Amino acid sequence: MQALTSRSKTVERKPMTIWERLYIPAIAKGMSITFGHIFKKKPTINYPEQTRPFSPVFRGLQVLNRDEEGRERCTACGLCAVACPAEAITMEAAERLPGEENLYREEKYAAKYEINMLRCIFCGLCEEACPKDAIYLSETFTAANYSRQSFIYGKKELLIPHPKLQPEAYEKAKGQRVKR
Amino acid sequence: MSVTHFLFWFLSIVAIFSAIMVVVSKNPVHSVLWLIMVFFTISGHYVLLNAQFLAIVNLIVYAGAIMVLFLFVIMLMNLNSDTEPQKNKWLKIAGVIGGGALLLVLVAALKNADTKNQIAQTGSGEIGLIHNLGIVLFRDYALPFEITSVLFLSALVGAIVIGKKE
Amino acid sequence: MHVTLLAIDLALVIEKLILIAVIVTVSLLVAMYETYAERKIAAFIQDRRGPNRAGPFGILQPVADGLKLFMKEEIVPNLSNKFLFILGPGLAMLTAMMTSAVIPWSSHIELFGRTIHLQIADVNIGILYIFGVVSMGVYGVMIGGWASNNKFSLLAAIRGASQIISYELAMGISLIALLMLTQSLSLKTIVQQQQDGLYYVAYQPVGFLIFLICAFAECNRTPFDLSEAESELNFGYHQEYSSMKLGFYLFAEYVNMFISSAVMATLYFGGYDIPFVNDAAFGAHYGQNMLAILQGLSLFLKVVIFIFFFMWVRWTIPRFRYDQLMRLGWKGLIPLSLLNMLITGFIVLLRQYGWHFS
Repeated sequence: MQALTSRSKTVERKPMTIWERLYIPAIAKGMSITFGHIFKKKPTINYPEQTRPFSPVFRGLQVLNRDEEGRERCTACGLCAVACPAEAITMEAAERLPGEENLYREEKYAAKYEINMLRCIFCGLCEEACPKDAIYLSETFTAANYSRQSFIYGKKELLIPHPKLQPEAYEKAKGQRVKR
Repeated sequence: MSVTHFLFWFLSIVAIFSAIMVVVSKNPVHSVLWLIMVFFTISGHYVLLNAQFLAIVNLIVYAGAIMVLFLFVIMLMNLNSDTEPQKNKWLKIAGVIGGGALLLVLVAALKNADTKNQIAQTGSGEIGLIHNLGIVLFRDYALPFEITSVLFLSALVGAIVIGKKE
Repeated sequence: MHVTLLAIDLALVIEKLILIAVIVTVSLLVAMYETYAERKIAAFIQDRRGPNRAGPFGILQPVADGLKLFMKEEIVPNLSNKFLFILGPGLAMLTAMMTSAVIPWSSHIELFGRTIHLQIADVNIGILYIFGVVSMGVYGVMIGGWASNNKFSLLAAIRGASQIISYELAMGISLIALLMLTQSLSLKTIVQQQQDGLYYVAYQPVGFLIFLICAFAECNRTPFDLSEAESELNFGYHQEYSSMKLGFYLFAEYVNMFISSAVMATLYFGGYDIPFVNDAAFGAHYGQNMLAILQGLSLFLKVVIFIFFFMWVRWTIPRFRYDQLMRLGWKGLIPLSLLNMLITGFIVLLRQYGWHFS
């Protein structure tokens, strides 16, 4: 029969010699192999203390971005909701009132902005759709909670910390990720 | 009442109680377990007589090997009280009469047996120690010993012959 | 009836009771940390890290495990025999612990003007005692398996018991060859004989190998752990057990491992003898108590090496099939040990007659 690949090996079916049938040499060989493994470098990463470096295109949980002065970028245009294949995003728009210029960058803003994180597939299409760079997939992941309701993130959870008031938290939430 | 006395009475009472339980128990597995208890108490008696070798051999051979085989068979046969055949009423009466007659004969036979002046050598006898026992077995009783081993061998071969499929 | 029951040496009783308490505690502690070591070694051999969360390096892991077992729900099957069901794990534990009575853990220490031998009972049938207790170990398995009122448990119990009985034979015969050399059944004497001169493993390498393999089988350790073969019989004879009763069965295995390591070290590797050191001269120089401590540590080190070996084998060699196990026991080890015994007897006789046939 012709071999299917050039790498196939034919199995020898010779009867074992006495030396092989003693099994002790084979056992000793196996034991030496396992003993050698004791001193090998462990590939395990001690997760909560150490983390693996993220890929520059990693897509974690979304955040709603602010600009350099800490104003919300989102204008509630709804493009992200349209782009979302999982239909996880809903929002309600509101008009900026006079005196709120330091809070919202444009005249219109999202009064309510919700992402259902259980529906979200982290495809990043919302980020690509956003004309204002307002939504951004961060490096945060492994969200854990006790109820499904709590996975519907509102603005409270999504908004990135203020870059001037809480600069450290802002940097942490922003992460090292680069936008494609 | 010394410790030896106390132990003797304790072991004897436990032995007799266990022996009765062997007969009385409904469940054969319990019977076997009580029988193991009997062997333990008898080994205790051997130790009191300073026959440690006999004590431990009794445990190894009877409690450790033969009783395990008993348990094997009984557990695999799954004998329950409901699978036990109904015993005839007359059979019970016959059993009582037969047992009573045996007791009577034994009492009559042993009534005059001279046991009073033979005192058990508790803690001082030497014959049960392995060294002395070995010398007795292999010097004085070498031939009976060898014949016994032939008997065992033939029993072994016989078991294999019976157990082999045709 | 005058009470002379307390006429026995009270100091001796107290001494022995303390010794028993210490040895039992140490055995349990060692067994506890064996579970930890098992998991660590398994992890290392498989290039993992092993438990490292509870305490530094995970050394509190056994405590956590024990706590978990205690907290679990205790289930007694409805139709089981309640008394025997509880007796089973107790017996397994008891027989595992009882063997430690005759092992000489060290020579003797001098304390409060008394010479205390660090051995619970120096009976002149030490080896046979171990053998007898080991043969009792079958009952823990069998009673537990039968009392569960479960066909799988029963089958596993019977497999386990027949395995233990089969390997007991080869173990006994390999010991007889050793006994021909030692001329004594007392473990203390055997250790003392090895203090000057070679260890008995040098005289009885084949016997030691057989004993080692049988010890694996007796402890239900991995190439022979069929009675707890998860994939075939769910979980083996302790399938119906939960909570600390299961813990007792698992724990008994580790205690057994500790004790059989100690027995092997005593019989074949000189027991508490410190290797490469003349113990008597050392004792004269540094004092008896110091010597006794070092000897105890020496035995402990040997035991630890054996335990490591047990675990190393467990994570290397796959499990036997049942017929292979029986074939190895009856057709491999028993003839080999018989041959070993005959050759040993022949050589012992030759030596007695001054190396010539007449």
